[in-house]
Amino acid sequence: MTTHESLLRMSGIVKEFPGVKALGGVDLDVRAGEVHCLLGQNGAGKSTLIKILSASYQPDAGVIHWDGVETSLPTPISAIKVGISTIYQELDLVPGLTVAENVFLGHEQSVAGFSQRSQSNQMVRDLMTRLGHSEISPTRLVGSLSPAGQQIVSMARALSHDTRLLILDEPSAVLDHEEVDNLFRVIRGLTAEGVAVVYISHRLEEIRQIGDRITVLKDGITVATGLEVADTSTATLIQLMTGRSIEYVFPPRPEVAPERGPVVLEAKGLSLAGVFETMDLTVHAGEIVGLTGLVGAGRSEILETVYGARRATTGTVTVDGTRIRKGSVPAAVRAGIGLAPEERKSQGLLLDQAVYRNVTISSLGRFARGGFLDSAAERRRAEELTTSLDVRPTGVTRAVRTLSGGNQQKVVLARWLLRDCRVLLLDEPTRGVDVGARSEIYQLIRSLADAGVAVVVVSSEVEEVLGLSDRVVVVREGAVVHEAPATDLDEARVLDLVMEGRVA
Amino acid sequence: MSKDTHVDVPHNTVGATGESGRVEAEGARAGESSGGAMAVLRTSAGRNLGLVVALVVICVVGTVTAGERFADVDNVLTILKLASVIGVVSIGMTFVITGGGIDLSVGAIVALSSVWCTTLATQTMAEDTHWIVMVLAALAVGAGCGLVNGVLIAYGNIVSFIATLAMLASARGLAELMSDRKTQIVRIESFKDFFGAEVLGIPVLVIIFAVVAAAGWVLLNRTTFGRRTLAVGGNPEAARLAGINVKQHTVMLYVLVGVCCGIAAIMLISRTTTGSSTHGNLYELDAIAAVVIGGTLLSGGRGTIVGTVFGVLIFTTLGNVFTLNNQDTSTQAVAKGLIIVVAVLLQQRLASRSNTA
Repeated sequence: MTTHESLLRMSGIVKEFPGVKALGGVDLDVRAGEVHCLLGQNGAGKSTLIKILSASYQPDAGVIHWDGVETSLPTPISAIKVGISTIYQELDLVPGLTVAENVFLGHEQSVAGFSQRSQSNQMVRDLMTRLGHSEISPTRLVGSLSPAGQQIVSMARALSHDTRLLILDEPSAVLDHEEVDNLFRVIRGLTAEGVAVVYISHRLEEIRQIGDRITVLKDGITVATGLEVADTSTATLIQLMTGRSIEYVFPPRPEVAPERGPVVLEAKGLSLAGVFETMDLTVHAGEIVGLTGLVGAGRSEILETVYGARRATTGTVTVDGTRIRKGSVPAAVRAGIGLAPEERKSQGLLLDQAVYRNVTISSLGRFARGGFLDSAAERRRAEELTTSLDVRPTGVTRAVRTLSGGNQQKVVLARWLLRDCRVLLLDEPTRGVDVGARSEIYQLIRSLADAGVAVVVVSSEVEEVLGLSDRVVVVREGAVVHEAPATDLDEARVLDLVMEGRVA
Repeated sequence: MSKDTHVDVPHNTVGATGESGRVEAEGARAGESSGGAMAVLRTSAGRNLGLVVALVVICVVGTVTAGERFADVDNVLTILKLASVIGVVSIGMTFVITGGGIDLSVGAIVALSSVWCTTLATQTMAEDTHWIVMVLAALAVGAGCGLVNGVLIAYGNIVSFIATLAMLASARGLAELMSDRKTQIVRIESFKDFFGAEVLGIPVLVIIFAVVAAAGWVLLNRTTFGRRTLAVGGNPEAARLAGINVKQHTVMLYVLVGVCCGIAAIMLISRTTTGSSTHGNLYELDAIAAVVIGGTLLSGGRGTIVGTVFGVLIFTTLGNVFTLNNQDTSTQAVAKGLIIVVAVLLQQRLASRSNTA
């Protein structure tokens, strides 16, 4: 029942965060009754765009037309009121409440403050029938449902609000094949009633199955909008997603093949039950290994297991031939491993504390005599390091919170430089780092490798993995699917491996 | 203690780090924000200034309303002696709270330590050997209770609130069982003589508090232990990934506060010349209140020993002024509650500003 009138039209949407331009002018138009797919690599701005649509964020510039009328959505409630509902990847349900209580959370059916349970139960039963899942009882506890069942509850909640636009953020990520088919049936039912669906997924084959039109984002900009699924080839889509709009400057690779250096890090038969399967990882001195795959493919978990932050189910990790005690971060750090975690703010830094304290936190022993710290020496050393890394603004007694993403990352790197690490594990080292600072960080990583450090970089940005690493390891659903020198791969091949697990 | 002035001084010229968790940028932001009293209060020197002002106001009120009875050397020493016992507990509490936890069992641990250290058996042993046996007994009991708390919290993954609530109940219960709910009189004269003495006119109890406070300041601001405490309290995950043994550190924090309770028990025994299962009643509330109005963040990551000392002095002096004016303890309790609310409201405003800046 697709009409050609736009239900939603967004134009020139801009959203900036300190140091990063997340969206630099995005256009999107969605028609009633269609499934509109939103495509883009990690970091392309899809999540930011949804958050603007659901009014969790306010755009810095741009116009939103809803049903032909210019609209502003100041609060999440205003978005719900006009009929926009979002179902996030992380379902926001209360597991200890029943299905009906979750569906009507925040807009309970009540008379004079007394909840009308039988009435709301009946309404939920109707909604479930409409969704084709009448087997889900309104009185069941949400915590006892499968992820697929919980997703249906989320959809019922959305529909209880007279939704006209439903946003689904990677809904198939938690579902198996059969459940995905069910989901598609539900989506088709909704579009037949005139509901518009914005569908986000990494899986191209799903988009072929369910999508009507496609909008592609790249680096916070709309590179194509309103493409008819039927008329667009997969090759075109990959081309659009990877098409370069910003050139990063990657440092040159060393002329001597780094594999000739001695093995520094060796993980053998490493596995973590339920997360990733048995894998081997060998990194030589001076080598940069890029680990890539979709979010949730187990990349971060591999790093954290090597680092001892997660206790490996099987396998051993050795540094320079010495085996490291399992599941112990202090042991890994003593052995010369350093980690720059994915979530810099929540996992990497003490945000309210001074730069120098963040630099020296892993090496306090060397500034202490009998447990007493020589703060002056700490500041001096931190000063030297941050100056050599060009951390700006300068000043080691400044709170780390006041620095930009790129400079915060340099502080984390300074921490491990101070320890003269043998192995450096970098999880998304340039996330939230602006373009200019990226090149500096790439340069820094390369110079560390040149100094003999074994580096492992996890990144969802294929371009970064290919440009920076010597060797690339692709993981998919907890297993290594491919390993090759970076020069033997190109972006399309890696994307294919990442999404399909094979080269097309 | 130091005097970080909180103007945006060039980084390499400052010799002082002052109280923990405080950074120069905070001062810079304070300068940018609306200015005035809030801006001054946002700096930690300013925050301590607020505490000094509060204490001075209470003293002025005391002098005006009670005259000589308040502004008298003996009365001041009485205040300080009263402040000493809860003060030592509060120093320990400062560490636990800065490290991101809480200890509700301090009062009960004081009671159990006081009972254990004054049992017939302990006193007989002390008589045969030396009164130091009693001291060691109290410290060991305190450390032991702290160890149990710490292990349950760090390795048993029990929330600190719950684990120490359980300790609160069981330690006091155990104290009642051991003492049969009877007050145990101290017979060892040498013990009473030592702790009841004065050095240059200053009671030994006050000296002990001063020493514990000074040691606490050094430990928090000048040692690796203190730095790790701030890291663990500020962001336990970041601390763990930086290679700090967070679990082990947590255990040490609770042992530390346990030892402080042991010290406090000895001081309380000497002041009352008794050990009793009713000792230390509601100390947990007094200690937490003193720590919080002193400026230590209840959520962890920032702590101030100087603030805690002021917090203790403010509450104790307030109580003294009320008593001298023949106000009952109920009125005192109301005033105490109001002070806590005002202090925390102020702290929250400061915290939310530093988060949004």
